[in-house]
Amino acid sequence: MLGFIIQRFIQAVGVMAVMSVIVFFGVYAIGNPIDIVIPPDATQEIREEAIRRLGLDRPLYEQYFTFVSNLMQGDLGRSFVYNMPVLELIGGRLPATLELVMISVISATVLGISLGIFAGYYPDSWVSKTIMAVSVLGFSVPSFWVGLILILFFAVHLGWLPAGGRGETVMIWGVAWSFPTLNGLSHIALPAINLALFKLAMMIRLARAGTREIMLTDTIKFARAAGLSEATILRRHLLKLISIPIITVFGLELGSTLAFAVVTETIFSWPGVGKLIIDSISVLDRPVMVAYLILVAFLFVTINFVIDLIFALIDPRVRQGASA
Amino acid sequence: MTGPVLSVQNLRTHFFTRAGVVKAVDDVSFDLARGEIMGLVGESGSGKTVTGFSLLGLVDPPGRIVEGSVKLNGTELIGLSHAALRSRRGREISMIFQDPLATLNPLLTIGQQMQMAINAHERLSQRAANARSAALLTKVGIPSAEARLRAYPHEFSGGMRQRVAIAIALLHRPAVLVADEPTTALDVSIQAQILLQMRELAAETGTAMIWISHDLAVVSSLATKLAVMYAGKIVEQGPTATLLRDPRHPYTAGLIASLPAMAKPGTPLTQIRGTMPSLLSLPAGCPFAPRCDRHTKACLASPQMTMAGGRGWRCFHPVGHSAGATP
Amino acid sequence: MSSDPSRLSLFWAEYRENKIAVLALAVVVAMILLAVFAALISPQDPYDLAKLSLRDSRRPPGFVGTGGYTHLLGTDPQGRDLLSAILYGLRISIQIGLAAGFVSLTIGTTLGILAAYVGGRVETLIMRLVDLQLSFPAILLALVIVAMLGQGKAQLIGALVAAQYAYFARTAYGAAKAERGKDYIEAALATPLSARLVLWRHMLPNCTPPLIVVATVQIANSISLEATLSFLGLGLPVTEPSLGMLISNGFAYMMSGRYWISVYPGIALIILIVAINIVGDQIRDQFNPRLRK
Repeated sequence: MLGFIIQRFIQAVGVMAVMSVIVFFGVYAIGNPIDIVIPPDATQEIREEAIRRLGLDRPLYEQYFTFVSNLMQGDLGRSFVYNMPVLELIGGRLPATLELVMISVISATVLGISLGIFAGYYPDSWVSKTIMAVSVLGFSVPSFWVGLILILFFAVHLGWLPAGGRGETVMIWGVAWSFPTLNGLSHIALPAINLALFKLAMMIRLARAGTREIMLTDTIKFARAAGLSEATILRRHLLKLISIPIITVFGLELGSTLAFAVVTETIFSWPGVGKLIIDSISVLDRPVMVAYLILVAFLFVTINFVIDLIFALIDPRVRQGASA
Repeated sequence: MTGPVLSVQNLRTHFFTRAGVVKAVDDVSFDLARGEIMGLVGESGSGKTVTGFSLLGLVDPPGRIVEGSVKLNGTELIGLSHAALRSRRGREISMIFQDPLATLNPLLTIGQQMQMAINAHERLSQRAANARSAALLTKVGIPSAEARLRAYPHEFSGGMRQRVAIAIALLHRPAVLVADEPTTALDVSIQAQILLQMRELAAETGTAMIWISHDLAVVSSLATKLAVMYAGKIVEQGPTATLLRDPRHPYTAGLIASLPAMAKPGTPLTQIRGTMPSLLSLPAGCPFAPRCDRHTKACLASPQMTMAGGRGWRCFHPVGHSAGATP
Repeated sequence: MSSDPSRLSLFWAEYRENKIAVLALAVVVAMILLAVFAALISPQDPYDLAKLSLRDSRRPPGFVGTGGYTHLLGTDPQGRDLLSAILYGLRISIQIGLAAGFVSLTIGTTLGILAAYVGGRVETLIMRLVDLQLSFPAILLALVIVAMLGQGKAQLIGALVAAQYAYFARTAYGAAKAERGKDYIEAALATPLSARLVLWRHMLPNCTPPLIVVATVQIANSISLEATLSFLGLGLPVTEPSLGMLISNGFAYMMSGRYWISVYPGIALIILIVAINIVGDQIRDQFNPRLRK
């Protein structure tokens, strides 16, 4: 087991390294590196001065090392627009994104799996058929459109929930979170629903397909032949067996949800990292863009690593690196 | 001595599919005495597996038992409530399947799966459950049983896995064990071991067994009586030795003749020509007639089971000594 | 083999059984026709700035404008007839979806079949890259590319292709790999026929069914992704308003009750995407041997 962890960890570090090289070359070799540091409207003199000062006339590999060492120390440059260190900037907006994503993902998964298992267990009931039909919509409809409709209906028409912005915050561990407050929750509600919909649809379909497949296997038949109650079969066989495909997709979809938060944050004016990146792209605030890429790569690698660990915990075959 | 531990009368299990009604089991009757081993032989599609499922009430929709009686220890199983049926499954009658890798949950230890099977019918402490499980594992021939309880299915070889399945099936000392092609997925050498083990177990525990297989050779070494199935019906049944030596139904004769052991070296292997008809479009009358060398116009009517001297056959033109001569 | 007439008619006969799928197909065809003939049908040319009058802006559906005709779906902030704008926007969305889909199909299929055919290190390299790409969310990739290369039609299609070729590559690879092992391929390769011919005439046709399924899904995804990017202001330039941009234009007015500016383009978009998905679902079910009872 320890060997497995170490192996996966080394892989993760490796991927991070590759990502850093890609981002580096994407920015420094393709784009004009000086634009990272100097606003587009600087004079020629300042540009040349900066080039010399920042060592951009040095060989490329040397620049890469500087880049990486800066990264390690947490120096991601300064934003043109906000004129503050990017790390601070992102750090300030990260909790907002995190709480939105977490609430969406958790509710989508719990609800999705429950509905999906129900639909798979009773595939012919009209409830199941309705669930499946609605899930198709969750899949096809672009999320920004759903957000629009949500605002139109709940905020403008019914006036029940606010149309945007984040609610009151509460300080926990020195960070501002909004979900503990009622006002905060009312602000989270619509964007969270918007963000959760796609994942919900996917979880429902996955859980249903998995359930149908598993219930037809010999494992279940054998358990029934041994006289196990349906409740026990569901709890101890189905849930365990279905967790493997679900966790795989969960990991993939987590990254996807983080990405789609970009859209949701824009629609609902949610002050998170996603909105930051959209704004930065529009105004060409490159240090922020670079930092966002690195952050995303890091999150991805971390998520994959954690998922691998969870697999090892659940499936003994993975732990022991065994084949049948 | 009390009556048969299992008595099946005129069992019919039909599948109501979009393409039509599939009469998978069509009028099957047999008795099973305590400790007796019966072989249920037939090609794929003959209905032998569905018969096994029907006995346990495990027929999935769109199939269902439409007629007949299955009496286990004197109690009628057909028509029982779900709960009543479930309380008997695993306790009075149990079943093992062909591929033990598919039967056992790869994510749970052997010990956990055995405990779940125990807890389905009894409340035992973990220690007592483990003790019983270990004892049974030893009985089916698995060494270091106690340690193995903590192992996962993939850590066992194929033969060992099947033994584990057998152990689980015998946890509650059922009166009947239905084994659906249990050795088909195993090596020939392991097959022989398992067969031996099963015979010893049957003798020791008094559990009656129904051994379902397409392999006549394998079954005949173990079973004391045989039932040959074709297209959903039992076409011949009786004591194994008698059937093999002196078959009545042409299909049985054909099966025996096509055994490689019966072949004369240098001559081509005998085969029964043709294939079994689709159960959706059975011919009128005897289903075997199209493949039979002895068929006449009489075979357009459905033959009934002729019983004589402890054996039966469903044929208008039986092979061998004519009916009446007691073997 | 790939244009076997009786197979197609068999396929169509089965397809016809699902009424909803037939309806969806009709909708898709109708929308394509609308888009192709947009210039002829639409009451007003939304690009012709001369014809626009700000006095007509933000008018509700049914309003009779300065041009003299009824704006069936209302007007947008610039005074454009919404119906016309939607028709033109539809055309752009479909164009981009098809273009991105076609290029992704070509690139992805080539890579996938290549990887399956050549094997060895090339195979590992290509499929590793594909796997990495698949785990990367499409929208993020598109964002990154647009960020690096700027905005424009070509860049947008490039971004969409980069996000989607991996699906085609993986599908083609899977199908080709299954075919590769088959004996008839080995036999064909042993003949003097060039390898390229073998690939083209034998392996490719057998990979076609799953590729068709992926293609329909990906076209719908391209359209959706393009709309999302345009909505965020990162898609096509303002001179070519796609449906996404129309929706984003009207977003600010939703609060004040002038919902039609966003809602109608949105409905058009949804109908298009859902219809394509339904068709794709049906095709997929028909090709899936496991679902056949």
